[in-house]
Amino acid sequence: MKYQTVIGLEVHVQLNTKTKAFCGCSTDFGKAPNSNVCPVCLGFPGSLPVYNREALNSAIKLALAFNCQIQEHTKFDRKNYFYPDLPKNYQISQYDLPLSRNGYLDIFTNDTPKRIGITRVHLEEDAGKLIHEAQASLVDFNRTGIPLLEIVSEPDLNSPQEAFDYLTSLKSIIEYLDVSDCDMEKGSLRCDANISLRIQGAKELGVKTELKNMNSFKGVKDALTFEVQRQTKLLETQEVMLQETRLWDVEQGITVSMRTKEGAKDYRYFPDPDLTVFIIDQAMIAGIKTQLPELPQEKMQRFIKEYGLTEADAKILVSTKNDADFAEQCIREYPGKDKKEMANWIIGPLLSEANLRKVKLHELKLDKKELISLIGFVQRQDISHLSAKNVLSQMIDNGKTAQALIKEGNLQQISNTEELAAVIETVIRENVKSVDDFKAGKTNALMYLVGQVMKKSAGKANPKVVGEIIRRRLS
Amino acid sequence: MELNQFTAHELLAKLKNKEVSAEKILLSLQERIHKTEPKVKAYARVGEVENSAANPSALSLLKGLPITIKDNICTAGLTTECCSKILRGFRPPYDATVISKLKENGATIFALKANMDEFAFGSSCENSYFGPTHNPWDLECVPGGSSGGSAAAVASDEAIWALGSDTGGSIRQPASFCGVVGLKPTYGRVSRFGLIAFASSLDQIGPITKDVQDAAILSGIICGHDPRDSTSVNQEVPDYTKSLTGDIKGLKIGIPKEYFVAGLDTEVKSIIEEAIDKLKTLGAFTDPVSLPHTEYAVPVYYIIATAEASSNLARFDGVQYGYRVASDNLIQMYKMTRAQGFGPEAKRRILLGTFALSHGYYDAYYLRALKVRTLIKQDFDKVFQDFDCIVAPTSPTPAFKIGERAQDPLKMYLSDIYTISVNLAGIPAISIPCGFTKKGLPVGLQIMAKPFNEEMLFRVAHTFEQNTDWHKIKPKL
Repeated sequence: MKYQTVIGLEVHVQLNTKTKAFCGCSTDFGKAPNSNVCPVCLGFPGSLPVYNREALNSAIKLALAFNCQIQEHTKFDRKNYFYPDLPKNYQISQYDLPLSRNGYLDIFTNDTPKRIGITRVHLEEDAGKLIHEAQASLVDFNRTGIPLLEIVSEPDLNSPQEAFDYLTSLKSIIEYLDVSDCDMEKGSLRCDANISLRIQGAKELGVKTELKNMNSFKGVKDALTFEVQRQTKLLETQEVMLQETRLWDVEQGITVSMRTKEGAKDYRYFPDPDLTVFIIDQAMIAGIKTQLPELPQEKMQRFIKEYGLTEADAKILVSTKNDADFAEQCIREYPGKDKKEMANWIIGPLLSEANLRKVKLHELKLDKKELISLIGFVQRQDISHLSAKNVLSQMIDNGKTAQALIKEGNLQQISNTEELAAVIETVIRENVKSVDDFKAGKTNALMYLVGQVMKKSAGKANPKVVGEIIRRRLS
Repeated sequence: MELNQFTAHELLAKLKNKEVSAEKILLSLQERIHKTEPKVKAYARVGEVENSAANPSALSLLKGLPITIKDNICTAGLTTECCSKILRGFRPPYDATVISKLKENGATIFALKANMDEFAFGSSCENSYFGPTHNPWDLECVPGGSSGGSAAAVASDEAIWALGSDTGGSIRQPASFCGVVGLKPTYGRVSRFGLIAFASSLDQIGPITKDVQDAAILSGIICGHDPRDSTSVNQEVPDYTKSLTGDIKGLKIGIPKEYFVAGLDTEVKSIIEEAIDKLKTLGAFTDPVSLPHTEYAVPVYYIIATAEASSNLARFDGVQYGYRVASDNLIQMYKMTRAQGFGPEAKRRILLGTFALSHGYYDAYYLRALKVRTLIKQDFDKVFQDFDCIVAPTSPTPAFKIGERAQDPLKMYLSDIYTISVNLAGIPAISIPCGFTKKGLPVGLQIMAKPFNEEMLFRVAHTFEQNTDWHKIKPKL
């Protein structure tokens, strides 16, 4: 039997506002336990919450970027449950009138575009952190009350890879908006997944599992992959499948049951009487729209149009905003007509330098003017592409100019035919078989011969010129 | 006359003329408390008198005049327990906004806090962890509740004036039972920051005083917008003392027929009717009006108020402050702490509210109650289109005997039948003394006005008061 995988993701994103959602406490990460607290976020008797406008603003920004409809009247509700990390024993959240609904996010999986529905985006407050020690459990309330956005997707994702791509795309947009750090390790982005299988073509959804405890996008993908296998096996052996919550065990690479649906809670939601209905009028929405930056998709389209880049290249360049800005500055300053030339340098040598150094593109210590100068040397055929890559690496290492490094390394290309003729003659003599192959029409043989010349000239020979000479010499 | 027997405005005049000092006033209060407190028990705890948080400034409005605070209003450094075991030893590190305002105006916050029903759950002050307060007019009777301690303290001259809180009548009903003045301001008029919540959409802090002028002065201090309370309204506070004109000629007063039905004590009824006649002789017009949804007020109130309370009181769990039963099991700690920390009425209301909000019942109870609440509010809106205010009894009976209704929650809940609608509608109302029963128990007259028209209440109440002597009569203790 063939099964279809159905996945919906619930993502929580901590907003990077200066202060908490309903009080004036700082949201700084990594402070001494219980230092960013006040009577309000500690839920002390008599204390009252007050909206953080900045948080609402960021939330609306994000909802707009996710193409959501903004609720004109939004309200906050209390989600009631007892837990020591929740000082009021209720969480201020949103229930039936969330900030926004019905949005979507476009993703690419293996270069195939797909539109994923966003059910809702709502604002709530984060809970504290429990630290379990041998003698006792301790609570750190620094995180309590930090504004948190819940972004719920429709069950439109049909593979672990699509879930991964959704998260990547979501993170990219949020980074563009600069409303969150989106750091899963720091917990500023958290993801739970609902997954079920159904027979291909079936209308009804299968019994779902809620997956928790994944702390990276890869973890989400791995947990989902495991779950697809587990559920497939259960379906194939016709075993009873329970609706349950399972935890991802990254060490063992398996999911473990945490609780079944029987343990489901009644949160007794009701409107928080301490907070009034918040009205988001058209003027406010229009104002926030003007604050929206160009988003990755738009930027990609523009790069293709303005700079003649391919879709694949443009996609790589726009994945993070800072890198996209860096790339665009390079491309703009590049004097050559063919902007793709610069794009190729960025996506090729530059990106591999960045990866090698485990930094982002824009974090590379590199003067754009020097990069342009270096590309100029290559285009004037003063140095080979290969040498240029070495020069680039050194430029990043020691900050010297391209010109200085070329001189130091004596890398000037040999384009002088007389100088090259002797080496070429030697190569032709030593590679009779390749010469014959070329004569027999195998063009690959020419490449080999050029390579041999490059080798003998310590990379300094101009491969184009060498190729020309050999071709003329052998025909 | 002893200093403690004067009204606040009389003492303020004396302080201004330097006839007396704030210390002398405090001393006379303490002497009085020493003498009568064993009988009245208006205060929650004794032995903290010397710890009064005084912040008098020679130039300030209140010149060190002491004020008594209900035990559910946070006073920095002073024990604030809502008369509940579960908040045992809780000393808030912050002042409620009303306390800050009082201090800014030079009030001395009296360290003894007034007794109350636990978490303001009650109409008799019998639900206090510290035991009941006794009515100064008849020590065998209740003072009303939940602000029974504040009202009894003012009535017995153990306080110059006091703050209470009113969720369903908790200021007006005890004011009525104790023969003093009590005002429930418009919802949003006074900041709730620092008031330990019972039902957030209904709670309001207000004054309990010896006369209307004192209530106007105190309101002028505590009212006003507070950025720390999202539900407080940003509207200018008028000088309420300017409303004390003594003139009500031509005012149109509505008399709601639903407030004069079976259940209203005949003696109370005739006293109220006499008071209405008095208002007429003072130049007001009266007409019967209808508030057709009145009969739903009590059930609607007990759904909304308990629902909110069940959530508001969830934070009392033994984790951060107050009473805790230690256990190596979290759930056990929660259960034991709450089982031992809350009194029976608190438990009853938490259960009621939890039920009303539960899945499958929400629509039938809570949501429906919200809809009826709107209807109740519309009843008032309609009447206030044609009338300046509404006059009715504050309570259907005078003070009842201690223990008389303690075992019958329904009967107890009905003692707020005339006060609850005002909270549901969010409008202001005042209770003023308007007579005594044959047994010598005071009866209160309730005046209601449209939102943010406290001035109307002061004007009518003051005019009535200046033409009667009920407020001058003191209980013999």
